[in-house]
Amino acid sequence: MAAGVAAWLPFARAAAIGWMPVANLPMPVAPTNKNKHQDELIILNVSGRRFQTWRNTLDRYPDTLLGSSEKEFFFNEETREYFFDRDPDLFRSILNFYRTGKLHYPRYECISAYDEELAFFGIIPEIISDCCYEEYKDRKRENIERLMDDLEDNKDSKLPNMTFRETMWRAFENPHTSTMALVFYYVTGFFIAISVITNVVETVPCGSMPNQRDIPCGERYTEAFFCMDTACVMIFTVEYLMRLFAAPSRYRFMRSVMSIIDVVAILPYYIGLVMTNNEDVSGAFVTLRVFRVFRIFKFSRHSQGLRILGYTLKSCASELGFLLFSLTMAIIIFATVMFYAEKGSSSSKFTSIPASFWYTIVTMTTLGYGDMVPKTIAGKIFGSICSLSGVLVIALPVPVIVSNFSRIYHQNQRADKRRAQKVQKARLARMRISKSGSSNAFVHSKRNGLNQSLELTLPYYKMKLSPQGSLEEDQQLKKTTSLLESQHHHLLHCLEKTTNHEFVDERLYEQGYLQTALQNFPSQSPSLSSEEGITGTCCSRRTKKNMQPLSATHTHTHNLQELSALHIQCGEQQPLNTSRSSLNLMSDESGSLNCKSSGLVTTAIISIPTPPSNNSRASPDAPPPPNPDAPPLPNPGTDVVKISAL
Amino acid sequence: MSGCARRCKHGLVKFALSVSKLVTGTLIKDRVDDDLELSVVCHRPEGLEQLEAQTNFNKKELQVLYRGFKNECPSGVVNEETFKQIYSQFFPHGDASTYAHYLFNAFDSSHSGSIKFEDFVTALSILLRGTTTEKLEWTFNLYDINKDGYITKEEMTDIVKAIYDMMGRFTYPAMKTDTPKQHVDAFFQKMDKNRDGVVTLDEFIFSCQEDENIMRSLQLFENVI
Repeated sequence: MAAGVAAWLPFARAAAIGWMPVANLPMPVAPTNKNKHQDELIILNVSGRRFQTWRNTLDRYPDTLLGSSEKEFFFNEETREYFFDRDPDLFRSILNFYRTGKLHYPRYECISAYDEELAFFGIIPEIISDCCYEEYKDRKRENIERLMDDLEDNKDSKLPNMTFRETMWRAFENPHTSTMALVFYYVTGFFIAISVITNVVETVPCGSMPNQRDIPCGERYTEAFFCMDTACVMIFTVEYLMRLFAAPSRYRFMRSVMSIIDVVAILPYYIGLVMTNNEDVSGAFVTLRVFRVFRIFKFSRHSQGLRILGYTLKSCASELGFLLFSLTMAIIIFATVMFYAEKGSSSSKFTSIPASFWYTIVTMTTLGYGDMVPKTIAGKIFGSICSLSGVLVIALPVPVIVSNFSRIYHQNQRADKRRAQKVQKARLARMRISKSGSSNAFVHSKRNGLNQSLELTLPYYKMKLSPQGSLEEDQQLKKTTSLLESQHHHLLHCLEKTTNHEFVDERLYEQGYLQTALQNFPSQSPSLSSEEGITGTCCSRRTKKNMQPLSATHTHTHNLQELSALHIQCGEQQPLNTSRSSLNLMSDESGSLNCKSSGLVTTAIISIPTPPSNNSRASPDAPPPPNPDAPPLPNPGTDVVKISAL
Repeated sequence: MSGCARRCKHGLVKFALSVSKLVTGTLIKDRVDDDLELSVVCHRPEGLEQLEAQTNFNKKELQVLYRGFKNECPSGVVNEETFKQIYSQFFPHGDASTYAHYLFNAFDSSHSGSIKFEDFVTALSILLRGTTTEKLEWTFNLYDINKDGYITKEEMTDIVKAIYDMMGRFTYPAMKTDTPKQHVDAFFQKMDKNRDGVVTLDEFIFSCQEDENIMRSLQLFENVI
């Protein structure tokens, strides 16, 4: 029950009067407010700032510090107030939680300070209301990530007992762990740079021989360039082989992007070595040299930013795909239009639709080389529409990509969506547990036999119980429920009485019905259990009599079902002997009960109707005969109580 | 010619309107919603002395009641939705909305669709501090769904079904489909003295006064506040 509506409990209880005429069973006694103090103001002094509230407000959440008796530890006798040596600003949110039932997270507060306050006052953070929950979770996640990063930075102390291979791998992955690694890191970086520059300079026209045209440097200083290339490739090969050796999982290493780039970077050289200077293949060979430019990608091992760029492009694949698709569509449309518009004019460069593609692309990206221009009026109009729409189509997906990059760059991209789902599931699970805790609280308190001591129409029983039972009852009351809870439980108990059914745990409900098939019972008399279940009042007696002959046979299986359900549940509850004994106190069998007998006793009790004023046996076909284990069956004076469903 | 010009102007105006709607979007609609929001009812109850005279509560009790009432319904009235929500929170196992609906109609004596604090407190005064006859009258009024002075079997079945709905699914013994009906039959057998198929107020009061259980349970909630 959300304690925010605790103030309406009196109303709900008053409305229960509407059930009274319909109920067949007597109602349980209402819990009394023993210390019937008028609702009083209590003063909470938090580091000098005084907060005042009604005592009832705090009692709404009995499982927190302020709602339970734990606050008595902080009671100051001289000043008659509760003193807490905590932050008064944060206390505001906590007190508002009691007042309104909603916990808010103030944005300007530090997340760990807030968490500490919540933990101190016994409030779980999952009940932060939805308006502030996302903010809270984001801040918390950021904090954790930052802490983890700090941890990782400190984790680089060398662990003992690392094999040579592991040391090498760590050296490759984190260059700043040792001097050797750092040296290696810089040397490879240097050689990558050398190699790239070499490739570039190779094609620059060097100074020429006087009677020849300019030749590129590569052809002039062939040996020098060849030596440089060889050196670089050797370094790269050695590096690749060393990484391959050190990798913990060679297969995974070989599949990774970086290693593929490495391979592609050095392969052309070896292919070139192998191939001869054949004319046919030299064309292909030249193409292969293009792949040498992939060496520049090796720099991404050295630069975090490059890696993030790669991640971004990968994660924005859908936006990029959309961009490409929309561009393609637009290009085709406009190219077609331009082609047909320019068809008429002579000497037009728009010879075919594919030829118009070039114009469209250049126009849409606002490059405008001017090598192809429309000459007709229609062509010019469509050309201008083309360039306007080009701006739109390209400008739209780009900001998304940009924001993605910035987000990833700032947050060190993780699989955000997957984690959010897991977190959401965990949060819901925790909230469900705490909510079901309150709805199960009633069933649990029944299990503890609390409610049964509050039976209404049992003066004799109460007299008998009072010497020994009341002590237990008082202890249990003190231990478990607050007044609010006991009143709420009383209300639910009245509902049970009205409808003649009981609340059970979902678990038990299913168990009871799953195992019916497995159990056999010695057949009790068909009259044993009632037609529907527990009926036992004077009023239903008449109906029971009427319906007995009719439903004798078909309720037989029903009885078995219910009996076996009872038996099963009884069997499971054996350890709770003390509560059982208190339950069955009145059937003259105190102390440890044999489970079977208690099970049977309960069934017997079920069918005996109650009020002592009525004549003794409910109906002539009442149960005692099949019940050999419980000889001193309740005589009319002792009535029964309700049977716990457990 | 003039007709053509008129049509042109008309078309132009429509075009201008659609362009302006394109530009302003749904801003106009939002403004209308804002106006609606402001016209929400806000009600203040009569004075404390008047309520004290009209009901059986003293000032302190009225204060406590009003604080709780105002906390959940800051606007001063409860509408049916809120009522159902509040009531359902006390019965998490099952579905309390049907019974809450009948309760709402019983509380809302003026049939205005919302419960003000006066209605609330008047009903509570009867239920908690009234005489037995008054309580039974109120209960009769609750059961009599169409307020015609008779409780028919159908009305009673509806009420009983609503009560059983509050129990939810996981009960022991399991709920059967004709449990409410049997319950209603038992009830009618007890209440309907002249066997005419309906229960009148007098029959109801008379039968309830005969039954000790009911009399005793009516006194159950005396000390609720």
